[in-house]
Amino acid sequence: MTVNPTAPARPVRTRGIEAARARQAIWLLLPTLIAIALVAGYPLYRTIYFSLFEANLTTPDQRTFVGLGNFWFTTEDGVALGFLQDPKWWGAVKNTLLFTVVSVFLETVFGMIIALVVNSTFKGRGLLRTAMLVPWAIPTVVSAQMWSYMYNDSFGLIGRGLLGGQALLANTDSAIWALIAVDVWKTTSFMALLILAGLQSLPSDMYEAADMDGASKWTQFWRLTLPLLRPALLVALVFRSLDALRVFDIMSVMLGNVNAAATSMTGYARQALIDNSLLGFGSAVSVAIFLIIMVIVVLYVTAFRVKFD
Amino acid sequence: MNLKTTNPALYYLQRAAFYLLVLVIAFYLLAPFFWAVLTSLRSPGDLFLPPAQFITAETTFQNYTQVFANPNFQRGLLYSLIVAVGSVLISLLIGSFAAYALGRFRFSGKQIIMYVILAVSVFPQIAVLSGLYTLISNLGLYNNPVGLILTYLIFTIPFTVWVLTSFVRDIPGELEEAALVDGASPLQTLFQVLFPVMMPALVTTGLLAFINAWNEYLFALTFTSTNRTVPVVIANYSGATQFDQPWGPIMAASIVVTVPLIILVLVFQRNIVSGLTAGAVKG
Repeated sequence: MTVNPTAPARPVRTRGIEAARARQAIWLLLPTLIAIALVAGYPLYRTIYFSLFEANLTTPDQRTFVGLGNFWFTTEDGVALGFLQDPKWWGAVKNTLLFTVVSVFLETVFGMIIALVVNSTFKGRGLLRTAMLVPWAIPTVVSAQMWSYMYNDSFGLIGRGLLGGQALLANTDSAIWALIAVDVWKTTSFMALLILAGLQSLPSDMYEAADMDGASKWTQFWRLTLPLLRPALLVALVFRSLDALRVFDIMSVMLGNVNAAATSMTGYARQALIDNSLLGFGSAVSVAIFLIIMVIVVLYVTAFRVKFD
Repeated sequence: MNLKTTNPALYYLQRAAFYLLVLVIAFYLLAPFFWAVLTSLRSPGDLFLPPAQFITAETTFQNYTQVFANPNFQRGLLYSLIVAVGSVLISLLIGSFAAYALGRFRFSGKQIIMYVILAVSVFPQIAVLSGLYTLISNLGLYNNPVGLILTYLIFTIPFTVWVLTSFVRDIPGELEEAALVDGASPLQTLFQVLFPVMMPALVTTGLLAFINAWNEYLFALTFTSTNRTVPVVIANYSGATQFDQPWGPIMAASIVVTVPLIILVLVFQRNIVSGLTAGAVKG
């Protein structure tokens, strides 16, 4: 950024160039900012706006203001209309949180094991690294169908073979664990890739020194690797947790949209909004999901002091 | 370290345990995919066979011919391609402008813009679903691939801007300064000086954004009714005559949409890893 102020081609003062470049930067950013405002900002504003109205998806113009009624409202006859009063919503919240905590935990543990294995030297290391990319490259819908087939009670390797014809996905209590297994299989690779990248940036001389001091591999892992890996690990955790909290594809494909509504917050919101055409009610649920996710982002960032730049 | 000489028995036991772990990991990662490929190559009647006989049963391509003859699947492939390529090209073009500005220029408010872009990339898609639905209906873009291209920008743009910015920062500044001194405009500098250097980054970013757009399900399911993309077609695949799920054709369709991605990912393996870490670990 050091432009020679006396260069003959541009006899302008550096300060002038800085100001000119600042103006140019705005023009370069403008298309992106307009696109973001159009597809994210405006729709988010509309969602928040609709959440305060009672309206049907097909006739959004005929709406009645209900304030926070979509969130919490009891009629004089004692009928509860707000989604916060709906046990099905709380079931979806509970299932989503369980899904997020368990799957992200398992992905981190498995991802760490796989990354440590791939990071050590052995024959066939390149092949394993390549194999790692396969589940990650498979579309979520495809992996959901693959596993639905394996869970199938009359055809499936797991459903028929291992469990002897048990319909794993028909029962809500077992279904959530079956879904966790799918998500863990699909995204452990992603976690392993990020951890591997972190591992490869660690200084090797520290391990040599630790070896000299006679520290065991186990001690080295807990005292050196894990603390040094913390920043990379935390960012990976944030991204995976947020992905898991907004999960929809797996539930929708493997359970159908009706049962997906009981198993994921996004499924619940989409069913209200699209299948039941409740524009206001569905928007209110969406706003709640947005708030939950934003609160979790802020908690993560402040609690762990995650740095993004 | 010299376990091999001091205690060979323990050494070989450790190595054996390690290789066993490697095999378990490889099996875990690949077995479900292998089983899907196998199923796609078996006739519907063979699906009932126990695993050992299923593996050795006759190989047939009938599921693939059936899938390719399916008009829904054909259209799905076409629409997926249009939507993914369209949103990726737009994102790369305008995203590279933004990345150039964010990676090279100094101006006030830059930090805020970076945070806004990052915030959009962690946005739950459901939070904009109703707003986008009404926007798309008002624009007359329901069931139109253009509507999906537009809505997919919500995740392709933040991603491309973020990854490209970190690439732009790593490009040495001398090249661009020479162009600046010669009086080139920022767009000339971007297109003629930086784009050629950024080519690998553009390809990597484009590929990763393409994979995301190709896989997208929620918007595709919600904003289309008949002009569906391939994930929605696969999720709702039903046979003409069977009451149960036609697993053979579903697996064949799944393999058809997955294998090109796997090939691309394997070819660009190194770039993918650097792109993912630029997008996630650094930011």
